[in-house]
Amino acid sequence: MGAAFDTIAFKASLCDGCGDCMTTCAEVKQGASRIDIVPGATENAFELAICRQCGDPKCAMVCPSGALAKDGGSGVIGWDSDKCVDCLLCTAGCAFGGIAVDPSVARVAKCDQCGGDPACVKSCPTGALEFRKAGSLYREYGDKEDLFVPGLSGCLGCNSELIMRHAMRKIGRNAVLATPPGCIPGMGSVGYNGKTGTKVPVFHPLLTNTASMLAGIRRYYDKIGRKDIVVMALAGDGGTADCGFHAVSGAAERGEKILYICVDNEGYMNTGMQRSGTTPYGSWTSTTPVGEHMKGKTQDAKNLPMIMAAHKCRYVATASTGYMEDLYDKLDRAIEASFEGFAYLHIYSPCPTGWRIPSNKVIDACRMSVETNFVTLWEYTPATGIRFTRSPDNALPITAYVKMIGKYRHLSQEQLDHIQAKVDEQVALLRIMAAESPPPPPAHRPPAPLSAPAGSDSSQPSLRREISRN
Amino acid sequence: MPDVKYLLVGSSHAALEALRSIRHFDPDGSMAMVTRDAQLPYSPTILPYVVSGRSKPDAVLLRDQAFFEANACAFVPNATATGLDAKARSVTLANGQSWRYQRLLIATGAAPAIPPVKGIETVRFHVLRSLDDAQGLRSAMGGSRHAVVLGAGLVGLHAAENMAEAGLSVSVVEMQSHVLPGYFDAKASERIEAAFTAHGVKLHLGCKVLAVEARDGGHSCAVHLEDGRVLQADLLLVATGVKPATDWLAGSGVQLDRGVLVDETMRTTVADVWAAGDVAQATDFHTGKPALIGIIPTAVEQGRIAGQGMAGDPYLKAYPGGIPINTYRFFGRVALSIGQAAARDGVEVSENEDDGYRRLVLSDNRLVGYASIDEPFDVGIMGELIRRKVDLSAVKDSFIARPVETGRRLMSEQWR
Repeated sequence: MGAAFDTIAFKASLCDGCGDCMTTCAEVKQGASRIDIVPGATENAFELAICRQCGDPKCAMVCPSGALAKDGGSGVIGWDSDKCVDCLLCTAGCAFGGIAVDPSVARVAKCDQCGGDPACVKSCPTGALEFRKAGSLYREYGDKEDLFVPGLSGCLGCNSELIMRHAMRKIGRNAVLATPPGCIPGMGSVGYNGKTGTKVPVFHPLLTNTASMLAGIRRYYDKIGRKDIVVMALAGDGGTADCGFHAVSGAAERGEKILYICVDNEGYMNTGMQRSGTTPYGSWTSTTPVGEHMKGKTQDAKNLPMIMAAHKCRYVATASTGYMEDLYDKLDRAIEASFEGFAYLHIYSPCPTGWRIPSNKVIDACRMSVETNFVTLWEYTPATGIRFTRSPDNALPITAYVKMIGKYRHLSQEQLDHIQAKVDEQVALLRIMAAESPPPPPAHRPPAPLSAPAGSDSSQPSLRREISRN
Repeated sequence: MPDVKYLLVGSSHAALEALRSIRHFDPDGSMAMVTRDAQLPYSPTILPYVVSGRSKPDAVLLRDQAFFEANACAFVPNATATGLDAKARSVTLANGQSWRYQRLLIATGAAPAIPPVKGIETVRFHVLRSLDDAQGLRSAMGGSRHAVVLGAGLVGLHAAENMAEAGLSVSVVEMQSHVLPGYFDAKASERIEAAFTAHGVKLHLGCKVLAVEARDGGHSCAVHLEDGRVLQADLLLVATGVKPATDWLAGSGVQLDRGVLVDETMRTTVADVWAAGDVAQATDFHTGKPALIGIIPTAVEQGRIAGQGMAGDPYLKAYPGGIPINTYRFFGRVALSIGQAAARDGVEVSENEDDGYRRLVLSDNRLVGYASIDEPFDVGIMGELIRRKVDLSAVKDSFIARPVETGRRLMSEQWR
């Protein structure tokens, strides 16, 4: 695999120019700040000068002393203070102001990402600075075995393929996978000509019975004592929120030990883009057309992850491929929780074909959906309640997201106002639910769980027998 | 006869960058780097720091043997090229060996230009272009008391500073009326000159050397100046500039002017032969005419383009032209310049001496040059503003008042 590295990202729209990052950097580094926020084109706009840790660093190429070099592990351009002769030629190589003279010592100074935990990012009160770890994820998981066939026939730009390949790389071979009707089997996971499209056991349940079938599979594995199998679904929103909902709800209510991943593209996209229960208000779909009288869907989407949280599942989370590090964290916790109870992961997945987004803008749309709070990133456990994993503060107006998406092209101001109001209402409710309060007292729960990841404590034979009788 | 697909003659910045860009596109093609040096690659720019003792000679090497092994490139030291037979596609070395190539890079750099001063061949003098020169000068400094430096360019001034700091009495003789001519205007140069004077270095500016003659049985020499003065030197350093190392190309068919003439993709006039770095005479960004701009940034850029061309990389982009850059340190202070920093005619100049010295040169509301003393700026950012000819009309006031901040802003917007 090629190289990819973590990076300090700057969202100019969130920066209020407070300068905390510079103060912190100067304190931590005992010298000039290596990050510089400068006034932008308008009064409230700010711009950034910082080392971008270039892939082909010109500063290092023009260095006559060999004092600058890119670290193959971290991607940081390291500066060797002993070798450096202070000639400043590196400052001529950099087009970003990323390596500059620190007047206090008359030597160059540059960002070293604080060894992977940048102080400036932690000090940023608005979220304008983020340390994005997608590079590490890529490096860590890029070399792992891809459990899908090459050449899945997803639409150009579809991020469901990303979700499928990444999730299965993380989960590994010890899994049984259900892919009910939808884009995911449609693009080839169930295979062709008698062969599966995966390197794990995969099956194609009905839209209506995915969770029930998985419950049976899990119970069988419990019965034979296999505790290391992830029993899971990669399902669409239709099969989860609509026709499959009774099975999902029932399995969650019974606490079946399943990892249920819902890839939500807001409609029945593989069959011709019909509306579903998660299709947002105002969306064009083939069954909520836009014409003289109709202007897209007239009902609001149901918030399925909140419904699942109301089931008091062992774990519920929302995620977006625009925030892979967050998605990976949640996958970890969801996998773990799926050995103890129902784990539900809801991944928002913009559909370039059905939503009419240019194929190269899908990840941008993912990020913008989160930055406008159209999508909120949070997780729930019965013990901790709801917790935002990305702050909904400082959100951009919903128009910034909607204008990227073709299925909203027709929206009137009134409709936009409605969407904004619904987003605000949703966030307000989540905030109430996420508000800091003492954790709920330990509830009386039915005796827990039984399967556990390989290697964990297994001294509960009687409980397992009980489950296997069920 | 050794036979390689890519033969790189020279081992400094241009050749190293060509190696990198060839390997970017062609990981397998056989390659060799032949160099006159005995050492692994190093930069001529590091040499003053070897003279001062700040850099140890074995710690200035830019690549190690493992690098060449990892890049499947044979590194051949002690191999001075003496001839090129473009028809036979072979390069002859001083040891009699010949190397055949499919594609050749000429990156032999430059050699000290020795001025036609009467008697120069009769005295012992130093130059500073190779690691051996630097070590020779460093050991000579130890046993000398009076040094005379011919030339007040970068090499001369660096060495003069080193020798003055080491306790020698130092005189610098320069034909031009100011030090570092071309890079700085008179006001900037005067600040640099004042620093040298304050550190006891005697500057003889606007002064020609008529003759040198050996004294004391060859252990020292007398330097006769045009104005009749005579300087005594037990160490003479000739630093009157460099000339491209093209002697070995005589009769090869490669067209030479002051250096090797190249087109905008660094090809010479002979098929399958490229040139890059100090040896090449490529386009000057400002004039659009061939010029020698012997600095690392141009060597790197030319090396990259040449390497791409040699490997057949389709993403080859034409050389935009070289821009002079100078980042100079003197007695701990900072002097920087880029572009037409000393230009006077037909340009708009803004000077500021509130805090250090800076001189902005604009033309048609676009930056064309920038120099400063004691007031560091982002040379690379200003270089981009010059190269991209960014229209500064809308931000001109803030750019002139706060060029560093405004430059960072413009580049941040550019690279969002």
